Amino acid sequence: MSVNIIDQMVAQGVPFAREYGGLLDNRSFGGAQVSRTFYARGQTGQQLLLGAYQQFSRQVGLGGIRLFNRCELVDVVVVDGRASGIVVRDLMTGEIQSHAAHAVVLATGGYGNVFFLSTNAMACNVTAAWRAHRRGALFANPCYTQIHPTCIPQSDEFQSKLTLMSESLRNDGRVWVPKNADEVRAAHDIPEADRDYYLERLYPSFGNLAPRDISSRAAKRAVDKGLGVGPLKNGVYLDFSDAINRLGRDVVEERYGNLFEMYERIAGENPYDVPMRIYPATHYTMGGLWVDYELQTNIPGLYAAGEANFSDHGANRLGASALMQGLADGYFVLPYTIGNELAPMLNKPIPGTDHPEFKRAEQEARDRYNGYLNVNGTRSPDWFHRELGKIIWDYCGMERTEQGLEKALSELPALYEEFKKDLRVTGDGNSLNQTLEKAGRVDDFFQLGMLMCRDALDRNESCGGHFRSEYQTDEGEAQRDDDNYCHVSAWQWGGDAMSPKLNVEPLEFKEVHLATRSYK
Amino acid sequence: MSNHLTNLTLRVWRQKGPNDSGHFEDHAIEQISDEASFLEMLDILNERLIAQGKEAVVFDHDCREGICGTCSLMINGQAHGNQRGTATCQLHMRKFKSGDTIVIEPWRASAFPIIKDLMVDRSAFDRIIESGGFITAPTGGAPDANLIPIPKPVADSAMDSAECIGCGACVAACPNGAANLFTAAKVSHLNRLPQGQAERYKRVEAMVETMDEYFGSCTNHGECEAACPKEISIDVIALMNKDYRKAKLKNRKDLSRT
Amino acid sequence: MAQVIASRRGPVTGTAKAKSRRPFLLDLYSTAVGKKYVMAISGIAMMGFVLFHMIGNLKMFLGASDLNHYAHFLEKLLYPLAPEKTVLWILRAGLIGMLILHLHAAYSLTVMNRTARPVKYQSARDYQIANFASRTMRWSGIIVLAFIVWHLLDLTFGVVNSQTNTFYMEGDERLKDVYNAVVHSFERPVVAVFYIVANVLLGIHLFHGAWSIFQSLGWNNPRFNKWRNAFATGFAAIVVVGNVTFPVAVMAGILEKATY
Repeated sequence: MSVNIIDQMVAQGVPFAREYGGLLDNRSFGGAQVSRTFYARGQTGQQLLLGAYQQFSRQVGLGGIRLFNRCELVDVVVVDGRASGIVVRDLMTGEIQSHAAHAVVLATGGYGNVFFLSTNAMACNVTAAWRAHRRGALFANPCYTQIHPTCIPQSDEFQSKLTLMSESLRNDGRVWVPKNADEVRAAHDIPEADRDYYLERLYPSFGNLAPRDISSRAAKRAVDKGLGVGPLKNGVYLDFSDAINRLGRDVVEERYGNLFEMYERIAGENPYDVPMRIYPATHYTMGGLWVDYELQTNIPGLYAAGEANFSDHGANRLGASALMQGLADGYFVLPYTIGNELAPMLNKPIPGTDHPEFKRAEQEARDRYNGYLNVNGTRSPDWFHRELGKIIWDYCGMERTEQGLEKALSELPALYEEFKKDLRVTGDGNSLNQTLEKAGRVDDFFQLGMLMCRDALDRNESCGGHFRSEYQTDEGEAQRDDDNYCHVSAWQWGGDAMSPKLNVEPLEFKEVHLATRSYK
Repeated sequence: MSNHLTNLTLRVWRQKGPNDSGHFEDHAIEQISDEASFLEMLDILNERLIAQGKEAVVFDHDCREGICGTCSLMINGQAHGNQRGTATCQLHMRKFKSGDTIVIEPWRASAFPIIKDLMVDRSAFDRIIESGGFITAPTGGAPDANLIPIPKPVADSAMDSAECIGCGACVAACPNGAANLFTAAKVSHLNRLPQGQAERYKRVEAMVETMDEYFGSCTNHGECEAACPKEISIDVIALMNKDYRKAKLKNRKDLSRT
Repeated sequence: MAQVIASRRGPVTGTAKAKSRRPFLLDLYSTAVGKKYVMAISGIAMMGFVLFHMIGNLKMFLGASDLNHYAHFLEKLLYPLAPEKTVLWILRAGLIGMLILHLHAAYSLTVMNRTARPVKYQSARDYQIANFASRTMRWSGIIVLAFIVWHLLDLTFGVVNSQTNTFYMEGDERLKDVYNAVVHSFERPVVAVFYIVANVLLGIHLFHGAWSIFQSLGWNNPRFNKWRNAFATGFAAIVVVGNVTFPVAVMAGILEKATY
């Protein structure tokens, strides 16, 4: 299906790079040993998004889609066990409204912002998926979060997000740290003998293109040992001097020019002259709403597509595949599967927005938002979000331990109580109020955070994006326990954030057999 | 290693709603690191305002990486501030000096009504794209991508135009409030590609006419090119003008059949 | 009310009904892009005029007889095929037509631009590329227009001052004394200054306008792009310098009244 996606996107006008013969050009990418990824300069995702947006716009122009800008989903309405519509909040007026429908599709993205600092855009949140979860949709594998190895390191406390540097940089850059923790020389003054190209050393066959979780953990270990570089010693070098010498500056500029410019804008350093500094940051969430092969959640009529669901990637996602999944779900899967749900509903009446269930959900939403406004505490939603993010990053980030997770599961509810008592939201609910919007999102992040830690604690193995220090091989690689944990952990809302119920879905591999990948 | 700027004055536009007349408000920033981004500085200001019980300044932002096209501030009389090829979110405080007064205004155009404070509604751009900024390609009928060989220079120049993030800085900077750079970027992206040829003339005609409904006219000041965070060249405007002429001249017979 | 800006256009597809279109030229002119086309083409026509007018008038430096015979030649263009002054008036009508189109387009576009930004920026703008020339096109154009009106009244129709409307006999021919009209006109300092100022403004107008033609007409090719600026500057300079030599030469006494 990935071939179909590429063909479809090209037909839509996405300007993939072409080589001189006019055919699609490709390059290598993390997690794969061959050059197999099609690309559009350093912004393939952006261009795919624009291609999809253009098709979407065509439908809006034709009248096939009604667009409701600046409206946020605040609840899903379930009537007699079926998803019957949604409740939204118009962000510009604060008004709560409902929409009734035959089916609901959530394509609302991932929950990486639970860490506060991630590569996600700042408006990204888990509210849609979480509200669906609270209405009965199972949330699967929330502890599978992916840390991306090449992001610009944090520069200070006020940092609002971490900028992703395209993974394609790892094609030509070499990752290294100084061998000596007391190293004070500038990068180009450090001779080869004093440099540790640790990825090339530890994983000879993948080298700098080792998969994301492997590279991220290796970087974290290096920095934890005190070998970090940069003013806060919280990064590792990604060095292009060899590539520039080998290929010439022009070729490097053609491949990565815009990425180098972006780096210079943010870090104030020129990657043509000094090595880039990178550090892992949260990027993608493999977990999400549980769906079947038709992308339907356990609630009939409720579908989840793209990063919002848990499917396709298992415990770890390869590069360039999130885009692929989202597009495949939207273009090639849902149009075929949703018909199975809709066909029996032809000419049958559905509950309208005047149904008591809708009214109840609307009132609950109104009450919730009024609640945030009326706490009148002392701390802003962002303050709570930062604190929440720190806890999750420290205890449920790249490396997790039983002790750490239990600590998180005691700190989080305490902080959540504080949130409910000490939140301050200024302004009112009748006009655009970004502080109020954030309060709602942070509320849902708290609850998700507790579920994530519970899931990580429950899974006593290391698997893909979930690494438990107690379960690793002698070389520090993930150690799976396929006898006990070869399953999907699909959690059910139990009435409050600390009491979810676990549903286990065993994973049966028929055609491809389970093995352990070696990156050596 | 980071230095601090001191004694900045932020002159921020506040406006309660679309019908409010609005006014400037001065805020002092005693100290800020030069590593901070411009929007992070506004975040810090907002935290302070909330602590004082006041409403935070509303401004549009999302990716904070210069790619989503959401952030949109007029900073000291320049759209996106004084760094060429840089969106507001990528502007860092090292571009300013201690003691500076920084005036922050929303983008002004009748097609971009102010929602609140510094946030404007740019859905007029969506209307332009909806009128023709696409290639009609219903799912399932696409041929193999490699059956459409595209010469590398054409692919590269289409990519140059496709870099437009739809932020609207061109409209904000233009003395006439014209959207020609935006429209021309999309037109030149799609019209240069072989896949876009079938609808080429209908597209440019529809998009130009929709653009006219909302925006001003291009009199070739060239200011848009300086404001564009993706540094799109006004050459695309010339290309769109040429395609529009061709659409009117060459294809009248075909167009009038549809 | 989430959707703030609604389009007045209907859907655009193969199945949508065709908009009933006006006649071709009106249709082209109905958009801003089309109006700029018209401004460019009318601008080219007027640029051509201004260049040849300047070159023709250089005959002043060859002497009164040359200039007056040239003026007479223009009046007798294609005579006896056409009556005297007819072709000249046809050309003048064409020129006036171009001017009217140029002005109408400029006016409509100004209205459109004012509607596009009814509330101006409340803080100072810091323009990076838009220069004095491009931002003052309306003003330079209006002042040049005022000058043109004066210029026609003064020299072409000679209604301002009787001394600019005299004739004399050369052999059998009755020639208008264009040479002395010009000299007389420029001997008046106010007139000379107005003329020079108007020409400088014309130069500024042409500096942006001549370059703008290429953009508006879509004449953009990497092979000649870098010559566009040089062309515009060069053209403006040639016209202005050429035109300014006349009052300067008169004021400096290089060109003096002629006697026959």
